[in-house]
Amino acid sequence: MTFIQLTNVDLVYGSAGAKEVGGETLAVSSANLNIALGEFLAIVGPSGCGKSTLLKLIAGLVRPNRGSVTVDGLEVTHPLKTVGMAFQNATLLPWRNIRDNVMLPLEIVEPYRSRQKQDREANRDRAETLLGKVGLSGFADRMPWQLSGGMQQRAQLCRALIHEPSILLLDEPFAALDTFTREDLWSVLQELWLFRKCTIILVTHELREAVYLAETVHVMSSRPGRIIKTSSVDIPRPRTLESTFQPDFVDLVHDLRHHISLGKQH
Amino acid sequence: MQRLAPWLATAAFVAVWWLCVVIFDIKSFVLPSPWEAVKAIYQFRYPLFVHGLATLTTTLVGFAIAVAFGMVLGILVGSSRLAYSALYPLLVGFNSVPKAALVPVLVIWFGAGTVPAVITAFMLSFFPVVANVATAFATIEPELLEVMRSLGASQRDMTLKIGIPRSLPFFFASLKIAITLAFVGSVIAEIVAGNSGIGNVMLIASSNFNIPLVFAALLVVGFMGVGMYAIFDFFERRMTSWSIRGAGAQFAGGG
Ligand SMILES: Nc1ncnc2c1ncn2[C@@H]1O[C@H](COP(=O)(O)OP(=O)(O)O)[C@@H](O)[C@H]1O
Ligand SMILES: [Mg+2]
Repeated sequence: MTFIQLTNVDLVYGSAGAKEVGGETLAVSSANLNIALGEFLAIVGPSGCGKSTLLKLIAGLVRPNRGSVTVDGLEVTHPLKTVGMAFQNATLLPWRNIRDNVMLPLEIVEPYRSRQKQDREANRDRAETLLGKVGLSGFADRMPWQLSGGMQQRAQLCRALIHEPSILLLDEPFAALDTFTREDLWSVLQELWLFRKCTIILVTHELREAVYLAETVHVMSSRPGRIIKTSSVDIPRPRTLESTFQPDFVDLVHDLRHHISLGKQH
Repeated sequence: MQRLAPWLATAAFVAVWWLCVVIFDIKSFVLPSPWEAVKAIYQFRYPLFVHGLATLTTTLVGFAIAVAFGMVLGILVGSSRLAYSALYPLLVGFNSVPKAALVPVLVIWFGAGTVPAVITAFMLSFFPVVANVATAFATIEPELLEVMRSLGASQRDMTLKIGIPRSLPFFFASLKIAITLAFVGSVIAEIVAGNSGIGNVMLIASSNFNIPLVFAALLVVGFMGVGMYAIFDFFERRMTSWSIRGAGAQFAGGG
């Protein structure tokens, strides 16, 4: 069953006023993508190929110049509200402690927004439960700068999930972390997904990360980005670091690597 | 040491002043010694107090208007790229105009007295507030705005939940600059066209060649400036302690 569908999507930056130096940029070209409900999907590709743009299209933050984006059968015409987003830099609010950072979406998204006062206690519990799930129990009262980069990313994941979004959009969330921290977070994210089963779209340029986490990996060519290869990952869950050394895992990474090189040559 | 440093620096400044007066044998109608200035403060304590209070009031009124106006304009200029490119050159141009030259015009419009002084204090001090608040709003991480927009946040949500808290450290930094500029503005206007205030005292004193009193008046303005600065510094520390660590760059405008 298709949940998110992109049909022949083009996105051109700078087409509205076209006054920026360099004029128009065709960021995404003829993108076609079908994403099932509850799927964990990864998009890999060279830097600047339009991966972030694809996420913005799905979130409704930008509108396609051609083609259509639908979520749950409805055309996306404005920001969705049922998405959670996380980025490479944690963008936590430095004046709020971790709990209040995590609870930010509840102050904005309905129905939580109008029930903030009554549900205050329940919401705090939810935030703390979620923080516990990512290994941050006991850190709710800390300020963001008191946390390491990896811990800030865990907190950011909680903020992205607190309002129970149906879609989680992750834009290279672990790119700035060291290898060990990153691999820890792979398993945290996998557990969150196995527990929540929301639809996750992960953008990354780390192929092992994509194969470890996703059920389907799409490879994009360099700009203008189009999807040139789709692979399913049949490695059983829960995957562990041990899985990353298995022959079928390594073969898949190798194959994806090959297609990325092809995509750069055109 | 850190605590003593400002006192030591001030003491050193007074010592140098005093030494210059003694060594070069400067007459007190040219440059009075610190002691003569302090004596003049004591001798003229009553007029200095009354006119100091007048200057303080004028300054604070002009400053308060500047803060309110500066904040609103700063939010506007910082939240919209169109407003930013439209208004910023105008603001910079306005800020480059020597405000003292406008005082006579203000006198023609409003008559001599307090009103031109309030307006001059306002004109001199609003720019740093606008510039700092606008900078804080314009430099919000785009990803954070995307998170907010994807949740369906309104412009109002973004201003209240992100923009204003984020701009507080910038805002307080600007208040400390703005209050000192407001004093400059009101005293200048009082000198040019006042009938009360410290500036007026200085004008009368210098026309009577009472230079020690001129310096006494300058010291009074200086004390008031430092006092107000200390008050805002205190509030800044109370309200934006989160920003002391990982302090961001802050824009320090001038007038
Ligand atoms: N707001 C924008 N205005 C103009 N060009 C942009 C904008 N955002 C991205 N681009 C351009 O579009 C292309 C794709 O960007 P992006 O989607 O961020 O790529 P990726 O995330 O794969 O690195 C890049 O060439 C980038 O320079
Ligand atoms: Mg990107």
